[in-house]
Amino acid sequence: MSTMIKMVRAFAAVAVVATATPALAAGEPPHIERQQWSFAGPFGTYDRGQLQRGFKIYREVCSSCHGLRLVAFRNLAEEGGPSFTEEQAKAIAADYTVEDGPNDDGDMYERPATLADRFPSPFPNEQAARASNGGAYPPDFSLLAKARAAHRGFPWFIFDAFTQYQEQGPDYIYALLTGFEEEAPEGVTIPEGKYYNHAFLAGNAIGMAPPLSDELVEYTDGTPMTVDQYARDISAFMMWAAEPHLEARKKTGFRVMIFLIVFAGLLYFTKKSLWRNVEH
Amino acid sequence: MAGHSNYVPQSAAAKWLESRLPVISLVRGSFVDFPTPKNLNYWWTFGGILFFVLIAQILTGVVLVMHYTANTTMAFDSVEHIMRDVNFGWMLRYLHSNGASMFFIAVYIHIFRGMYYGSYKAPREISWILGVIIFLIMMGTAFMGYVLPWGQMSFWGATVITNLFSAIPIVGEAIRTWLWGGFAVDNPTLNRFFSLHYLLPFMIFGVVILHVWAFHTTGNNNPSGVQPKSKQDTVPFHPYYTVKDLFAIIVFMILFAWFAFYVPNYMGHPDNYIEANPLVTPSHIVPEWYFLPFYAILRAIPDKLGGVAAMFGAIAILFVLPWLDTSKVRSGTYRPLFKQFFWIFAANCVALGYLGAMPPEGWYVIFSRIFTAYYFAHFLIILPLLGFLEKPRPLPASISEAVLKGGSGTPAGATSAPSTK
Amino acid sequence: MAHTDTAEPTRRDFLYIATGAMGAVGAGALAWPFIDQMNPDASALALASIEVDVSAMEEGQSITVKWRGKPVFIRYRTAKEIEEATAVPLSELRDPLARNLNLPDNAEATDENRAAKGKEPWLIMVGICTHLGCVPLGQQGDYDGWFCPCHGSHYDTAGRIRKGPAPENLLVPPYDFVSDAKIKIG
Repeated sequence: MSTMIKMVRAFAAVAVVATATPALAAGEPPHIERQQWSFAGPFGTYDRGQLQRGFKIYREVCSSCHGLRLVAFRNLAEEGGPSFTEEQAKAIAADYTVEDGPNDDGDMYERPATLADRFPSPFPNEQAARASNGGAYPPDFSLLAKARAAHRGFPWFIFDAFTQYQEQGPDYIYALLTGFEEEAPEGVTIPEGKYYNHAFLAGNAIGMAPPLSDELVEYTDGTPMTVDQYARDISAFMMWAAEPHLEARKKTGFRVMIFLIVFAGLLYFTKKSLWRNVEH
Repeated sequence: MAGHSNYVPQSAAAKWLESRLPVISLVRGSFVDFPTPKNLNYWWTFGGILFFVLIAQILTGVVLVMHYTANTTMAFDSVEHIMRDVNFGWMLRYLHSNGASMFFIAVYIHIFRGMYYGSYKAPREISWILGVIIFLIMMGTAFMGYVLPWGQMSFWGATVITNLFSAIPIVGEAIRTWLWGGFAVDNPTLNRFFSLHYLLPFMIFGVVILHVWAFHTTGNNNPSGVQPKSKQDTVPFHPYYTVKDLFAIIVFMILFAWFAFYVPNYMGHPDNYIEANPLVTPSHIVPEWYFLPFYAILRAIPDKLGGVAAMFGAIAILFVLPWLDTSKVRSGTYRPLFKQFFWIFAANCVALGYLGAMPPEGWYVIFSRIFTAYYFAHFLIILPLLGFLEKPRPLPASISEAVLKGGSGTPAGATSAPSTK
Repeated sequence: MAHTDTAEPTRRDFLYIATGAMGAVGAGALAWPFIDQMNPDASALALASIEVDVSAMEEGQSITVKWRGKPVFIRYRTAKEIEEATAVPLSELRDPLARNLNLPDNAEATDENRAAKGKEPWLIMVGICTHLGCVPLGQQGDYDGWFCPCHGSHYDTAGRIRKGPAPENLLVPPYDFVSDAKIKIG
């Protein structure tokens, strides 16, 4: 019998080792620093100014290659977003042309966008996008902040459920935008037309040239015009684009929590009162 | 199901109905007057919790279907339409997607509770087997539901899982093509998965009724494992267990709401926010967390057919569990050795889950094989042997006696009871 | 349940009532998202207005455009039609109200109140029979206006119900002439 118990202990030890050992074989994924975001945590909200600045960067820098096809112009004026006025959103929409039709002659035609339209993509399809970008495909921005994530190994991913760390996407985008380096470290060769980026998940050679530089986008509200600040602002904007109802979600969540906790308390005492005469 | 009701219709309308369709006494006999062991602890509330989650999934699912489009060109965008445009769409969709995870958390606790307290043993084998059937349909439903958003993980998950069937000798290829309705996962596949994803929950509902019917015929098991002997051992289901279950459901909803409102994408995979692309496989594909232990078993065997057989065998073995456990004693509370092996088995399953998420290389493969072997050894060697080797502690004469001995609410040993999924 | 003492029950009853009330409130609040999700969503509401170019239309012509999934008739009426419509005394009308969403609810069904303000030849109406929702045919029926083939309702040249089972005049949607050539509906 004692041998059996020994065996048991051995197995238990193996189990502990197996679950506690960090990545044994896989190549180390890039380390992504955790950033401060106004929209993190149970009471997080977007910083309106930041979203408006982020949108400005998107419009002046990113939109030449990256689409935003799931976001509509009306969203810019909706609650919980960058809070442009409806007039501003209309004016922004009018600067874009979208294809519509067919008209009475059966032809497609172009017209200025309205609030109901979604952002037109810079390329008609993936092939066209690749053809103009040296074979690389600039991904659409609509969901990118949720489609990318900083790698979280054991045991951090367990804590994340309790600390509500859900900002791996913007953390990664920020790290990527600030992760370009002029010189690749020794032993790393970067193919022609690619750029070295230490945060890029799919190997260190990225097809995108460093898109940001200091003073590139004009800020009028006194915010520093640095690559670091730009990277934060565009990341926040992309998070909003991917999760436009984040504020409503967290607000509703708080009410739901309060309700459930009070209701659970009442039910607990009701249950206790019912069972008071039963030995159980 | 009926037969426990002392209901006598009073009003003329009730008498009229009762003599034609005795539905009132059926419901009262099953869920009002039904004599339930008075010592059920909180692990027993997971049955009620599961029923609640099933209903919640059906309700949110039915309304999501009102906005979803099952077509490869539109499915991904229609889910985003739900998330962005539909009133409360983001809430309904997050409740539904996280609801699947909640369903599995609850069902795993429910299964392990049954294992610990020997709920599968005579005379409750049928109830147990029906439970395993529910578990299987649940897995099918969850798998097909995950395909519907038509993201990268949806597509490649569907591809990998349907390819499992090609391991079957001779007819495998034909079955796979038949499942696909084409030569790859494509629009016909999406449409049939959508149809089945809508159908299967109602089949689960039907089997749940049989599952409940079965253990209402034999009476509930309870933490002492001793059958109720007198009226002192039971209480009517309502209001005692209706209120207790409701309390547990609300507490469970707190966990549910935590995920749905605060970390809604925690259980998901970022790649599923990228639309399906049949030309590019994500670098590291993993199934949803609730399939990970089985996925680890699949990958532990270095042979296609063997891996598939082991994976299905890991579930199939549950069907014969009532006959593999040779112990005369039902509840783990009175089985000192079994108790230890139970916890090792639980840890083994968690470890398999972890390995399922890791890349299949190096030490991970070796550990996967060890744990897979142990998984089967638990059922095929340890449980049959324990019945002969173990000397159980003396059983209480009745539930009432067990309750008095245990003192406060839970019987001895159960206080340190399951804390895993 | 409370048979031993008399002070306790009130407190206990209060607890039960409070719990029950809380449950009812929660169930009600939970029901709302399930109901509201069937209302028009944000993308449908955003499409609620359309602009129509009518510069190419000539007298006596009609076009039908789609607004909120329904047909809207835009008719450039002839002088004869206007004359016919204005000649009808109000007392002869089945429905005395204008049914014009650009006017107060109690406006009378005069031709002036039916047609576009200051642009009498223009008549803009939702092309849905007020009986059971079919689309009436133009320039037909006993009053030279519209005729619904489903159940035989006759509308006059101002789209007012004159004969048949329909209870109301054809609805005039909210609209606005953005310019002489452009109408914004909705």
